[in-house]
Parts: sequence; C-alpha cells; structure tokens
Amino acid sequence: MNNVAMIIGKRLGLGVLTMFMVSIIIFLAVNMLPGDFAQALLGQSATPEAVAAIRKDLGLDKPIHTRYFDWLIGVMQFDFGTSFAKANFSSYGGTAAAANFGTVADQIAPRFANTLFLAAVTAAIAVPLSLLIGVLAALYRYSIFDRIANISTLTSISSPEFFVAYVLILLLAVLNPVFPSLSNIHDGMDFTQKLQKTMLPALTLTLVVTAHMMRMTRAAIINLLASPYIEMARLKGLSPFRIIVFHALPNALAPIINVIALNLAYLITGVVVVEVVFVYPGVGQLFVDSVKIRDIPVVQACCLVFAAAYISLNLLADVMSILSNPRLRLPK
Amino acid sequence: MSATEPLVKISNLEIDGIADETRTRIINNVSLELNRGEVMGLIGESGAGKSTLGLAAMGFTRDGCEIVGGNIMFDGIDLVTATPDVRRQLLGKRIAYVAQSAAASFNPAHRIINQHAETPLCHGVSNRAEAEADAINLYQRLRLPNPDEIGFRYPHQVSGGQLQRAMTAMAMSCRPDLIIFDEPTTALDVTTQIEVLVAIREIVEQFQTAAIYITHDLAVVAQMADRVKVLLRGDEVEEADTRTMLAAPREDYTKSLWAVRSFQRPQKPLATRGAVPVISLRNVTAAYGNNDPVVRDVSFDIHEGRTVAVVGESGSGKSTTARCITGLLPPKTGEIAFQNKVLPADYRKRSVDQLRQVQMIYQMADTALNPRKRIGEIIGRPVEFYLGLKGAKRRRRVEELLELIEMDPREYINRLPSELSGGQKQRIGIARALAAEPKFIICDEVTSALDQLVAEGILKLLTRLQEEMKLSYMLITHDLSTVRAIADEVVVMKDGLIVEAGPKEEMFTPPHHAYTDLLLSSVPEMNPDWLDELLAQRGAENLGDAAVSKM
Repeated sequence: MNNVAMIIGKRLGLGVLTMFMVSIIIFLAVNMLPGDFAQALLGQSATPEAVAAIRKDLGLDKPIHTRYFDWLIGVMQFDFGTSFAKANFSSYGGTAAAANFGTVADQIAPRFANTLFLAAVTAAIAVPLSLLIGVLAALYRYSIFDRIANISTLTSISSPEFFVAYVLILLLAVLNPVFPSLSNIHDGMDFTQKLQKTMLPALTLTLVVTAHMMRMTRAAIINLLASPYIEMARLKGLSPFRIIVFHALPNALAPIINVIALNLAYLITGVVVVEVVFVYPGVGQLFVDSVKIRDIPVVQACCLVFAAAYISLNLLADVMSILSNPRLRLPK
Repeated sequence: MSATEPLVKISNLEIDGIADETRTRIINNVSLELNRGEVMGLIGESGAGKSTLGLAAMGFTRDGCEIVGGNIMFDGIDLVTATPDVRRQLLGKRIAYVAQSAAASFNPAHRIINQHAETPLCHGVSNRAEAEADAINLYQRLRLPNPDEIGFRYPHQVSGGQLQRAMTAMAMSCRPDLIIFDEPTTALDVTTQIEVLVAIREIVEQFQTAAIYITHDLAVVAQMADRVKVLLRGDEVEEADTRTMLAAPREDYTKSLWAVRSFQRPQKPLATRGAVPVISLRNVTAAYGNNDPVVRDVSFDIHEGRTVAVVGESGSGKSTTARCITGLLPPKTGEIAFQNKVLPADYRKRSVDQLRQVQMIYQMADTALNPRKRIGEIIGRPVEFYLGLKGAKRRRRVEELLELIEMDPREYINRLPSELSGGQKQRIGIARALAAEPKFIICDEVTSALDQLVAEGILKLLTRLQEEMKLSYMLITHDLSTVRAIADEVVVMKDGLIVEAGPKEEMFTPPHHAYTDLLLSSVPEMNPDWLDELLAQRGAENLGDAAVSKM
C-alpha cells in the first residue's frame, strides 16, 4: 500500500508543480495580449494622462513580477481579484472600494457551476454509452454493428459542433418538440427543469465525445484478445460476453480511463461553440467576452480554472489507473 | 458407449494455417487415439504442430488456423461439426487446458481462486462456496504452500512454479476427462520443474484423467507419458509406448532427436598457474538502484580459449554479472579487469578498443536484431565502428564473417532478419559479435530459445570458433546439458552468491555442494523410471522450491 501512496503522492506533487508553471504561462501570455484595458475603455482619442490614471487605479503600472506575485497570493486564497469591468463601474460611482461590487470569483462561480452541470450530464450519458458501444463493437468486431458504430461515431465527431447542434435542434426541438432549443438555465430552476433545458447541449456534446472513448474502448479490448489469458478463458468454455467484460475490460481500463479524462476535460474547457448555440450560461462564453474587452483578471481566472480542470482530471485518471491495476496496488 | 472405445479419436486430421492469403499445411493427415486415463506425449521441435494438434483435440483452433479435413471425436461427439455452443459446454468442464506460461495465462486483474471457481460456476457444476473449498483441497493435493490462503492472491504475487500448479488445479476444477498440457514446465527452472512434474503426475493418476502432454523435452516426456507420438512439420513420424520408443526408436528422425544430447567436447586443461586471465572479476557487488544487491562479492577468472559456464536459476544474478562485465551496470564495489588492466566501470568511459574486446550474444536473437536492417548492415555496422573498414573492404569482411558462421553470403547478405529461421538469426548474432574481433564473448542463454538439433549446431559452431580464434566465453545458462557439452569450468550461483566453482569434470562428480547437487539431480534423465527413483530416494518434500528453501 505504501508503494501506491508514494506513486500517488508523486503524481500530486507533479500536479501542483504543473499548476504553478501554468500560472506563470497564463500570466505572461495574458499580459502579452496587445492593447490594454485602459486603452480599450477610453478609445483612440484618450489623453495619455487619463490612460495613466486608470492604469494606476488598476495597478497596471506596477512591474510585472510584482503584479504576478500579488495575483498569485490572491489566487491561493481563492481571491481572483476584481473584474476590471466592474471596478471601472465603481470608480464612476465615486467609490474606490471595489469590495462592494462583484469579484471575479463571484462572477465565475455560478458560471462554472453551470459548466460542471453540463459536463456532468453529458458524462452521465456519454461515458456509459461509449463503454457499452465499445464493448459490443469489440464483441461483435467486424460485424455490421461494429461498422455502423464506427462510421456513425466518426461522422458525428467529424461534423462541426454547431452543425450537430442545429441538426439536433431541428430534430428534437423543431420537428419533434421534445426538448427546448434554448438552454438559458438560472438558479431559480429546480433540477428537472435544468436537466430538461440542458438536454440538447448535453446530447450534442455526447455525439462529439463518444467516438473517441468508444473507439479507445474497442481498440484497447481487441488489443488484449490475443493475450494468453484470453485464450485460456476461451478454453475454459466461457461465453464471449463474459470473456470481454470479465477478462479483457479490467485489463484495458488504464487507456480507457485516460481517454475519458481527456474528454471530460474537453467538456469543461472546450464547449464555447455549444454554449453560444444554446445560449447556455457557462464559463466559455464569459471567457470569450472577457478576452474581447481585455478584462485581464477574468481571463486569467478562467484560464486557471480550465488548467486546474485538465490537471486534476488527468491526475484522477492516473490515480484510478494505478488503483485498477493489482500489480501496482499490491506489490509482491 | 463401451469401455474399450477410445476417449479421443482423431482421424486423418488436416489443419491449414492462413497468413497473408497463403495457406500452409500445419497438420498433415495425423491420427491419434487416446484411451481413458491414458497419458500421451506429443513431441517434436517448434513448428512441428504439437500445440495445434493438442488444441485440435479440444476442438479449438487458433485464429488463422482452419481444420480442412478429418474428424475429431471426443467421447462420441464430433468436435469438428459441433456447434460453438456444444464445444463450449465441453471446454473447461470435460476437456481442460494447462498452458505453457501460467504467468501469462492467469488474468492479472483477478484473484487466482476467482479464476479457478469461474469454470465450475459458469458450467453450473457447483456453487461458489463448493468451488472454493474444492480449489483449496486441490491446492493441498498439489502441495502448494499455504493452500488456504494462496488462492486469494493475485497471480503476480505467486511464483512461477506455484502458478503452474495452481493452473493445473484450475484445469482439475470440473474433474475433466481430458487435460491438454502444453509445455507446462518449459518456462520453469529445473528445480521448480520437477515439483510441477510430480504434482501433475500425481493428480492425473489420482483422478484417472486422460492427458495429452506436449513438450520438446524428451526426458520430461519419458517421465510423464504412457505412449509417445513424434511429430515433424505436421507429419507423424512414429508412435510407440514410451519404453519402446526410448529403447528402440524406429525412424532416423527420432534417433537424431535422441542423439542430440550426446554432443560433448572434452574439457581443456586448466590454464597454467600465473597465466594472465582474459577477464577477471574481483569482488564484484552490484545492485539496481538503491535496492539490495543482486550480485554479491563475485570473483572468478576466465582464461584464453576457455569457456566458463555460469549456472543458476532465474534471479540468481547470472545476467547481472554479465551486465557488470559489459559496463551496462557499473558495480557498487569491486572491479573488472581485462588482461589484468582494470576496465572503467561504466561502458561510456571505456575506449573503443576496450569495448571491442567484450562482446555479447543474446538469448532472443529475434529481439536482438533490428528487424528493419538487412544482414549486411547488421554485421557491417560493428565492422565499421570497431575496425574502421568502409565500402568494399567492409563488404568483404562481412562476407568473410558470414562464411565463418556457415551461411552463404550471396544468399543471405541482403535478407532481413524476418527472412531467417531461429537458428540462422542466432548465427547472425554470433557473426555480429565476431565482427568486433573480440577476445571475449558473453553468451547469454544463447541456445535456450532453440530446438535441440539447432541448438546443437550453434554449440558446435561456438566450439569451432573458439578453437580457431582462441576466444574466451562466458556461458550463461540454466541448462546443464549445455554446460556438459562445451564448458571447461563451472560457476554455480544462487541468490547473487557463488556457491561452488571449479573445473567441469569435478562439478559433475560428487561430492557437490548441496545446491549443486539439487540442480544436478533435478535435470530429468531419459530413463522413464528416473522420477520414481528420485521420489523414492528423496521424498516429495525434498524436491524443488521446498528443498531450496530448506537450504
């Protein structure tokens, strides 16, 4: 058991280190964006004094490393700073105290919860579905079923997301009004309402992520079918289904888990297009809007949240792969 | 059905292998009859079709194989025409299989006892509790240590010999009428093999199970089988009861198989006192990382033109010693000297000339040769690197080397490794080592992946080259018949220590160190009563791992 604790500890440490590196990259990259908030706000004809005043208000005049560490210390206390857009509003109101107004954390938190909700609904559909199709495709490999599964999942992953989204809207909202085409969920809704509203974006994303996971499941299982222990299982007279599920699948888990983690991370970070099509209030839209107006604290926070999602999901996948392998879990 | 009817009756079986749309006959018109409770040995070299025939007796063909003629009757059921469901009902329940490598054939993801109980559960023979109780009972009969607990481990937590016995127990789980043993001891050390042999024989006798025992080792088959059938490239050579076959083989091929074991060159006189050894190890201790040392305080000399065999079981430190000599693994303490000059411990610090003197031939010629390079390139590379020959000179040298290993340069120089047989690949491995014109070559289990006839050819070649070039060999092996054939001196290793060392003739005459004695006595002999005699002499508790752990 010590062995596993050590491996996991190492992975965690690496995760933290990666997060730190990513924070530097994010900070530098965002600060290298051309133009700044003051310029963007005041327009072409602004006097240098006015620009400098706003920059001073926002602390943009300090040297970059000072700003980085100020930001980092804040982040470690879950204080992502104040949105420039809101802060600006406060200085018009005559109070310098931004604390009364929305912080970045306040802004992102509900959006992030929505994003997680969408990702969770999608995962709840897509993961079991792709595992099932993958197992069946491996079981009936080279059959009609296998071909259809492969072709249809490939088709859906190859189509642009917005196209899949509009096809689904056409089929499930317009021709057969089963689900609403707008997913503008808010806090006042109960779970079933939210679920119903989220269904169409979730289905769209399911179509996008299923192919990858299903094909990896199939490939990982088929890869093992030539192993001596699978031949042994066949020679024990077991049913083909049992051989796949009981003998092949447990040994194929590590690659499958990794692909699932990658796709879940994608669900959290890469769904801007789907959010836009369905007017879903997730982090993606907020992110794009903030980049447009150079609202640096929000952009940085979004990037950080995305990075954290990627790193922690991959970390989780690593840990689960280790735990699913008795050779690592129980040393000799 | 009557009691005289055979349990298995294979008649005129023909099986084709299909690869890249070409068909090759794997089994050619072979017939076989096996009565209840009888053990038949199938022997032959690799590619003889032993495993294919054994699996066919289960009605099973591997992917890429197809039964094209003949029939297979098992207890009145035609397995060729039976539906997959009917066959599946028989597999595991009435016909069971024991594979060559238990380590690979047990599923790493499940506990041993779950895999054991799976067969009776899925065939509806018993419930889980009964199946587990029976498993523990079988583990006891097979003399596995901690029978109550061992099944609840995962396969990687159990040693190879124990796993092989657990697999035999698993085959017994439904008390089948027939078990196919497919080289069940080939991957094991001799001391472990003997335990497994005893266990298999006892359990087959206790339950009156019929068995087909597949092996390439004649001495093993002599202990195990009532009758023996010899196969050669898919054809039956001959069949007879074991004693007759051993005493008076009819066919030339069978006789040649029997004769292989007799190759032996005389031991050379010991080097004169004060002669400078080619290689000497001085108190070498080595470990991987910060773990416990796997080689401890090892010292021995290898003299010009002599072969020193390093003998021991897996994990004894033989190969690690070789890695120290080549500089791949710098020892923790101690040093390696070439002609009394100490070599740098790390190969990266050795000069080209120092590197040139120590070459290596590997066990698996398959993986030791780059599959994408042609033979001329494989041998030409060290010629160029060590001797600086280029262009036509280099090619001429490669041709000379090919002639030296008895392969026609015109035919082979442009081939890829995949276009050669196992024995030919090993010859290329030898030529590559010779290309550096070394004084000293490490031969790491060079014949253990080869058939006996082919292996004999390699040993003769090595001997001839040694005579011609005054080479020194370090021969790493676990096979004592190889040692007997070409060694001058023997070093016996166990757990990283040298337990005994001396000239070959001394080593093979008593008195021995207890461990050497165990090793020597565990090598099966062609005498069919050998195992019985050994058992009577020592008792089942003083064999194999049990005996080793008592030391």
